[in-house]
Amino acid sequence: MDETLVAGATILEVEGLSKTFHVGGTWRGRGRVGVEAVRNLSLRLPQGGSIGLVGESGSGKTTTARLLVGLERPDAGTIRIAGRERSLGKVSASERRRRGREIQMVFQDPYTSLDPRQSVAEGVDEVLRFHFSLDSRERRARIEELLEQVGLGEREARALPRGLSGGQRQRVAIARALAAAPSVLILDEAVSALDVSIQAQILNLLGDIREQTQVSFIVVSHDLAVVRQITEETLVMYKGDVVERGETGSLLEQPNHPYTRMLLDSIPRIGWEPERISAERRAADLG
Amino acid sequence: MTALLDVHDLQVHLPVDGKLKPILSSVSFSIAEGETLGLVGESGSGKSMTARAIARLLPPGGEAAGEIRFGGSDVLALGGSELRAYRARSLGMVFQDPRAHINPVRRLGDFITESLRDAGQPTEAANERAIHLLSEVGLTDGGRLLGQFPHEMSGGMLQRVMIAAALANEPKLLLADEPTTALDVSTQAEIMAILLELRREHRLAVLFITHDLELAAATCDRVCVMYAGTIVEIQDASALFGAPLHPYTSALLASRPDISVRQRAQAIPGRPLSLFEAPPGCSFAPRCRFAVEDCLADRPDLRPVGPGRVACIRAEELDGATRGSEGSADG
Repeated sequence: MDETLVAGATILEVEGLSKTFHVGGTWRGRGRVGVEAVRNLSLRLPQGGSIGLVGESGSGKTTTARLLVGLERPDAGTIRIAGRERSLGKVSASERRRRGREIQMVFQDPYTSLDPRQSVAEGVDEVLRFHFSLDSRERRARIEELLEQVGLGEREARALPRGLSGGQRQRVAIARALAAAPSVLILDEAVSALDVSIQAQILNLLGDIREQTQVSFIVVSHDLAVVRQITEETLVMYKGDVVERGETGSLLEQPNHPYTRMLLDSIPRIGWEPERISAERRAADLG
Repeated sequence: MTALLDVHDLQVHLPVDGKLKPILSSVSFSIAEGETLGLVGESGSGKSMTARAIARLLPPGGEAAGEIRFGGSDVLALGGSELRAYRARSLGMVFQDPRAHINPVRRLGDFITESLRDAGQPTEAANERAIHLLSEVGLTDGGRLLGQFPHEMSGGMLQRVMIAAALANEPKLLLADEPTTALDVSTQAEIMAILLELRREHRLAVLFITHDLELAAATCDRVCVMYAGTIVEIQDASALFGAPLHPYTSALLASRPDISVRQRAQAIPGRPLSLFEAPPGCSFAPRCRFAVEDCLADRPDLRPVGPGRVACIRAEELDGATRGSEGSADG
């Protein structure tokens, strides 16, 4: 794979996105404090491209993902998908459905996001019924196509989630997200909980899917090596701010912000000196 | 060096769907005083069950056979008060998720001093000791922290409290089961810094369980790689990383995404198995690209090869070849 940016049209454009949560205080709201989870975030994702959002707990990377997919409402900023702006107000059921065909999300733990009583094929079928008016023959063909795309066979199609391994369940979650034929797929720590040998399989699968379907990715991850493998651009977030951004390869090779450098230094390797890293972290007061 | 802990031919069976199934087979290793031994493996490899067998904390219905000797005493034969004394004074335990192991409605002081008060220390002396322990793990405001509740602490702070409590009775061996897996990378560096310092200052032996080969290589003296309930390789950490002996270790190292270059990951086909799911012969054979017919015959024993020990009949002829990048398999 080459590292050149995919020269596609912009599919997702975000400008000045901000979100503050109000936490603590009494039940009447006295003593509440505002926590700015995301401050003035902008990005431009080309069709078929992939952007990584990296950072630690409290960096705002997951809040950003939730804002993009519509699970949180932004306080300020605009989100434009395929040229169409998302209004901030209340939305109708049909509008919500249309938005579902624009952006889908895959979470870290597929076990908690799959219905335990629904077979794999039924789970994919549900998404197809919700979004498209296909007859049962067309749906069957589409289910088969989607499951083949994520490397699942007939046996798995009939299985319940508990009859599957962690890697297979994550394949199911990906197939369900793709069933809505979204333009953008948000992967929120989607490979973090998997065994190392399985993680590699899923990373390759995601690369193949992007090549075949031109779906665009937003990759939320704490793992810089994962981001290196499946993104072209990376935003480093710290306490709600984007502190550094750039082409993924050069950002990881020549980091400019001390926080990015600290993240890179924290990765264990032979000759690693955790004592020095934690001393430097305290000295720099990075949290 | 004399061994503090000696595990010999450990077998563990656990009830799975109502039937007793094998989980660990022929697990043998030893840990010297002050040594950090890594246990590395994927799901079902048996690394956590090994630690639980050592602490005699197997799930209900679990059975352990073989030999576990700690400072000369036979751990599997301990009963009643001897077993309680062994757990309280010889072992310290730290787990992945401190929130799941600390009572959320009790103050942190209660948690840290529990074992001290059980051992008969008056409350005031126990509190003083707790404040000292907290300072050893980098929490200087101990007096105030003792009165706080777990929900008032971050994950990294709570993990330090857990380490402080584990050290209360000056154990000789610390069982650390994925102690940094749920933490941010920079917090992981801090917790590892604390563990490494404590090991040096107290000559503490550590059994360090992790799924992260790089972390084990960076922090352990020796590493055992486990697969499907058996140890497939033991080596010094630096040698294991540079020159793995078992095809599984090589494949695991190669499947980790590389941060320095973008390239297709060399995935291992299939998924990790539990011992009771594994076929006869070498458990890794179905996923191994070097497997030949002989691999399917008998389960290979752990035997000395070069600087380490390995359970692979082809270890000598494959020396170096397993680290090549040709013929990557893809699941």
